[in-house]
Amino acid sequence: MASIKVHGSPISTATARVLVCLYEKDLDYEFVLVDMKNNEHKKHPFLSINPFGQVPGFQDGDLTIFESRAITQYLAKTYANKGNQLIPNDPKKAAIVSTWIEVEGHHYDPPGVALSFEHLVKPLFGLGETDPAAVAENEAKLGKVLDIYENQLSKNKFLAGDEFSLADLHHLPNVSYLLATPSKKLFESRPRVNAWVTEIIARPSWAKVVALRNQS
Amino acid sequence: MATPVKVYGPPLSTAVSRVLACLLEKDVQFQLLPVNMAKGEHKSQEYLKIQPFGQVPAFQDESISLFESRAICRYICDKHAEKGNKGLYGLDQLGKASIDQWIEAEGQSFNPASSILVFQLAFAPRMRLPQDEKAIKQNEEKLSKVLDVYEQRLGESRYLAGDEFSLADLSHLPNGHYLVNVADRAELFTSRKNVDRWWNEISGRESWKEVVELQTKASS
Ligand SMILES: N[C@@H](CCC(=O)N[C@@H](CS)C(=O)NCC(=O)O)C(=O)O
Ligand SMILES: N[C@@H](CCC(=O)N[C@@H](CS)C(=O)NCC(=O)O)C(=O)O
Repeated sequence: MASIKVHGSPISTATARVLVCLYEKDLDYEFVLVDMKNNEHKKHPFLSINPFGQVPGFQDGDLTIFESRAITQYLAKTYANKGNQLIPNDPKKAAIVSTWIEVEGHHYDPPGVALSFEHLVKPLFGLGETDPAAVAENEAKLGKVLDIYENQLSKNKFLAGDEFSLADLHHLPNVSYLLATPSKKLFESRPRVNAWVTEIIARPSWAKVVALRNQS
Repeated sequence: MATPVKVYGPPLSTAVSRVLACLLEKDVQFQLLPVNMAKGEHKSQEYLKIQPFGQVPAFQDESISLFESRAICRYICDKHAEKGNKGLYGLDQLGKASIDQWIEAEGQSFNPASSILVFQLAFAPRMRLPQDEKAIKQNEEKLSKVLDVYEQRLGESRYLAGDEFSLADLSHLPNGHYLVNVADRAELFTSRKNVDRWWNEISGRESWKEVVELQTKASS
């Protein structure tokens, strides 16, 4: 019996972030589909799990939380000895991972999400045409962030050290979407970023999330 | 005697003051190193070695060099679990998980809207930059929605992550302070009963009063 429940939608990047973490940690879970087309995420009972009305929501026994990056950190710490280690034991190395988790959340994610919104979400949900000015602005922002990644990846194999960590994992959902858009040139034009993207996207855990996404 | 940790950046910066509030709560000694942002020191080659995004704060402790205010705060709390305010980052994994959840809510929902308001309403006038009325209005609306959720949450528990003051509440102090005291937006807080009670409690903490004093000294 799985005591872990994930409430969300596999096409949501924040939900996918939690799912890929569960596969890395080799944990069983029950998936509870939130029907976003029918606005279930803005109604009870989902609002009692996440009052902001966003997916995912998460339960493990008595614990109920939201915010994908808080959920993955909980999983990585609580199930430290299961599956792949995503936060190093050494406190100093763990602090570096924590720093690059913040970098993803505050520097990478805003332009990354804006670009997937312009290229993919707008056409898919009939929200209007892709706005070239918004694309240019966010490509410039993301490009600056990736310049810093390019330099960081000349020092380590992964963002926060020589091992794959939660900091890399958090990028997967958005990177995977952007690879299907013209903005993928931002990765391809930077050799180390390109090698990093190729490596992380090939993880078996991510293939499982993509399979779920394709079924839905 | 442990050598004091080093914090680079001016206390007037919201991200720097988040780290200072945490150090004071944890009773950890620190040394504040000036970064002259008016002269662009935060974009100098030397500074970029410790903060590649060219922002403040940067942080050093013994052989470790970190940046990103919320990551620095977590590191300080983990390293000094037994010092100062022991429960600041929870006492077990469950406690940490709900604190992390509300630190994320702060970083992902409260901060984007409030930092734009703080910049537009508190810093732009000082820097003699024009204000963007549209951005102000949009972000007031966004922040109001976030605070509506807080209002409900703070009707159920005294602080965001439970009955104790935590890093999650602390993370709101820097932007909250400018909104209430400089940007003339106290009403966002006072018009919500529970948020108002919470704000008075957290902003009245000794640690935060000391940060405000450091800010006042720095600006005079
Ligand atoms: N910071 C949140 C973001 C959650 C989020 O933005 N979820 C999106 C789907 S990826 C959503 O529910 N959007 C619907 C809405 O905001 O109304 C997290 O990481 O969990
Ligand atoms: N996410 C970063 C944000 C840091 C940040 O935005 N710092 C501002 C001052 S509060 C800064 O250095 N701005 C100058 C710049 O971006 O050029 C953190 O929490 O440390």
